[in-house]
Amino acid sequence: MENIRNFCIIAHIDHGKSTLADRLLEYTNTVSKKDLQAQVLDDMDLERERGITIKSHAIQMNYELDGKKYILNLIDTPGHVDFSYEVSRSIAACEGALLIVDAAQGIQAQTISNLYLALENDLTIIPILNKIDLPSAEPELVKDQIVDLLGCEREEIIPASGKTGMGVMDILKAIIARIPAPKGNPNAPLKALIFDSVFNSFRGIIAYYKVIDGEFRKGAHVKFFATGSQYHADEIGILKLDKAPRDVVKTGDVGYIISGIKDAKEVKVGDTITNVNDPCLSAIEGFEDVKPMVFAGIYPVDTEDYEELRFSIEKLQLNDASLVFEPESSAALGFGFRCGFLGMLHMEIIQERLEREFNMTVITTVPNVSYHAYLTNGEEFVVNNPSDFPDPSKMDRIEEPYIKATIITKSEFIGPIMSLCINKRGVIMNQSYLTTDRVELIFNMPMAEIVFDFYDKLKSISKGYASFDYHQIGYQKSDLVRLDIRLNGEPVDALSALIHRDNSFTFGKKICEKLKELITRQQFEIAIQAAIGAKIIARETIKALRKDVTAKCYGGDISRKRKLLEKQKEGKKRMRQVGSVEIPQQAFLAVLKLD
Amino acid sequence: MAGIYLHIPFCRQACHYCDFHFSTSHKNKDEFVLSLLKEIELRRDYLQGEKIDTIYFGGGTPSLLSADEIARIIDRLQQFHDLSGVKEVTLEANPDDLTATYLRKLRHTAVNRLSIGIQSFRDQDLKLMNRAHDSKQAQRCVPEAADIGFENVTIDLIYGIPGLSQSDWQRNLETALLLPINHLSSYCLTVEPKTALAFQVNKGKVPAVNDDEAADQFDYLISFTEAAGMPWYEVSNFAKPGFESKHNSSYWTGARYLGLGPAAHSFNGKNRSWNVKSNAGYIQQINENILPSEEETLTAEERFNEVVLTSLRTRKGLTLADIRKYGNENTLKSILEIARKKADRELLELGDEKIVLTRKGLLFADAIASEFFITT
Repeated sequence: MENIRNFCIIAHIDHGKSTLADRLLEYTNTVSKKDLQAQVLDDMDLERERGITIKSHAIQMNYELDGKKYILNLIDTPGHVDFSYEVSRSIAACEGALLIVDAAQGIQAQTISNLYLALENDLTIIPILNKIDLPSAEPELVKDQIVDLLGCEREEIIPASGKTGMGVMDILKAIIARIPAPKGNPNAPLKALIFDSVFNSFRGIIAYYKVIDGEFRKGAHVKFFATGSQYHADEIGILKLDKAPRDVVKTGDVGYIISGIKDAKEVKVGDTITNVNDPCLSAIEGFEDVKPMVFAGIYPVDTEDYEELRFSIEKLQLNDASLVFEPESSAALGFGFRCGFLGMLHMEIIQERLEREFNMTVITTVPNVSYHAYLTNGEEFVVNNPSDFPDPSKMDRIEEPYIKATIITKSEFIGPIMSLCINKRGVIMNQSYLTTDRVELIFNMPMAEIVFDFYDKLKSISKGYASFDYHQIGYQKSDLVRLDIRLNGEPVDALSALIHRDNSFTFGKKICEKLKELITRQQFEIAIQAAIGAKIIARETIKALRKDVTAKCYGGDISRKRKLLEKQKEGKKRMRQVGSVEIPQQAFLAVLKLD
Repeated sequence: MAGIYLHIPFCRQACHYCDFHFSTSHKNKDEFVLSLLKEIELRRDYLQGEKIDTIYFGGGTPSLLSADEIARIIDRLQQFHDLSGVKEVTLEANPDDLTATYLRKLRHTAVNRLSIGIQSFRDQDLKLMNRAHDSKQAQRCVPEAADIGFENVTIDLIYGIPGLSQSDWQRNLETALLLPINHLSSYCLTVEPKTALAFQVNKGKVPAVNDDEAADQFDYLISFTEAAGMPWYEVSNFAKPGFESKHNSSYWTGARYLGLGPAAHSFNGKNRSWNVKSNAGYIQQINENILPSEEETLTAEERFNEVVLTSLRTRKGLTLADIRKYGNENTLKSILEIARKKADRELLELGDEKIVLTRKGLLFADAIASEFFITT
């Protein structure tokens, strides 16, 4: 056990985590240079493209230093706030963390919040100044930031470059020298922490864990604390570039278990594995049932693809237990699913994976957060869907989730960021200078406000410099309304949105304007209205189309014209109809990006 | 009942809106005429000996042919087809070609109907569209043709031209109907892709055609021609009773026709074929005794869609009998269902035997037709 080192990497997107990780794998001969498909760890195409890690990964390296052999387990963590719970569980499985900071960009919000998580878990931090070879690098300045933040010595910071390999040996040495070995009890009953799971279409769900106490034997009869389910450990092993089966995974080590589990829901990140016969007394602390934070309808573009969409979402759920869904139907969009996501990025990822992995193009409706409604008759329930919004006359109050948002920015952008957050109903809680020109701002704000284009706006007003992180901090009373959109008097359910009354007027107006742009003129006038209950708060009119083409049509024109019209008719199949008004699909998508 | 169309692919200059096939280089015109004469022979059997009713010289600009050339072409047709029943021989002509001398020579050919591409009596419109003639020639040519003995004259007028106001349009129509004509073809200016006009509109050099103004002008066109005794019989065609174009009508009734010359289309009731869209390519292939054409066989649905498309444009309308004949009872049922809604919105009249578009509906002839289409 004393030769095991478990560590993770804390870094902001683009600060070079994956490249540096690849170097570690290369220098320890875990992966040959030939196999090093740029960035081994991110194995989803989507991850590689976006440069972010969506799933956690783990890989074991062997390294010899001063005649002693060491096992180094790198546990890679997701790089986005939507997945902060997973991050916390990965961190809990480690004794140390590499804090990678881009020498040109300095410390970012995401880095800090994950760093705090690591410090709370008593991890040893090894600060690394990466991309030191960049011409724009400001090593001394960023070192100041790191020293301020960690209270470490300047000499402890390792200058490195994932690109050239500079500093990699120093990092390996530091991992061994500075990070403590795991401190489990080998003689205690088995206690292992699940920090991730992946889906394999042949083998089912594969759970990744760290053995805290005791040891994990092949064939063991184990149970998962939170779910209560029992399994036989058909195969266990450690994680090299591929899975390497073993008979035993010992205390402090990281491994995997395959036991024929079919559904990702059975394997919960943060759960504890123990033996059925000789169980540990208590589960590992910190387990949470991850709850979706953002809800939206997902509909097939072609109504006939409903069953295929169900199949695709079910498949996705097999390897992404945080995705929840239930069938719903819409007058405008037909049959689809109400889906719950961890956050907006998660929602985008699901949408993209549906497209890439299942070739399903979908329409997503206006997303909303989860509200708590309290009725005058004492009843209370959760509102995840505009259609669940209770009759206001029967409602005592409704509460919405709030977050604590941490924003780190260059000081020159404080003004516009303050305005943005205040416009988003944020209340500033704290403002502190990390260095002379870097400020940390803390706001309490409704989570609903970051569902719509908050992140994009923040990025654009800060010229890409501001970084952002958030945590839920409970529910507060809200003046929430349901905004309906009507076309010629007919409500378009798929365009309804739950929104704070103060924002409803502007939002309604924008949505009407956008729809006016997107809905083509038809043979009759179309009134677009935004309404709260019976009250109309915004209106736009699309004038009736007076004519379509009235060109000549002689011998040579007939088949050309027929083909053109047949094609148009085919195109119209993809339109949705509300009453007699045809709505192009883009209309449903465009409301997600107003402005 | 069959027609023959001859495509004469030359023009003096390129009208900015035109996307038909033509060339402004006339260097291979003589060769073209020879090839056309040869194609007449090569495709002698296409109409399987059916009697010919109508001959139509279209283009391009057929008035660029000499009267001699026209006569030779008609003679050649005579060799291979039964022309004894021909009632209508139309020649499309541009005002600038119709000199008194030319008209007199033309009188001695079998051509008995002139279709004159006047388009507008206003110089600024003619200039914008890059027509080769001016307003004076436009005014003069029709009376001249009548004097020389052409009793059957139709002219083309375009509406929806950028800059053409409602009152300008009214004046154009008044001018037209004072002329000795018995037929009028009137189209809305359409910005076809890849034309000079499309380029200019995209660059913002010419304002786009305004649909609302064009609709008003169409409305006026329908009223005015009705009052003038030359009512519409197809979306873009108007005639004194008995002077409807026999040749063009055959396109809308699904009759057979043989199209000769580059880019010309033929239809034998089942297959549609079209010649290569290149003068040089046409001449070369004909010289090598190759028919320069491609062919498609219409599926039952496509045939049905064409019937819907063409007959809805006519005042005779889409007959329920035709829906049954080309479709089936289910098609009829679904069309009637749509038609009832359209009738409520006064876009069409739904009778016991046929569906006829109203004036309001004519402006949506394409959209309504496509709603009736069968697609698989």
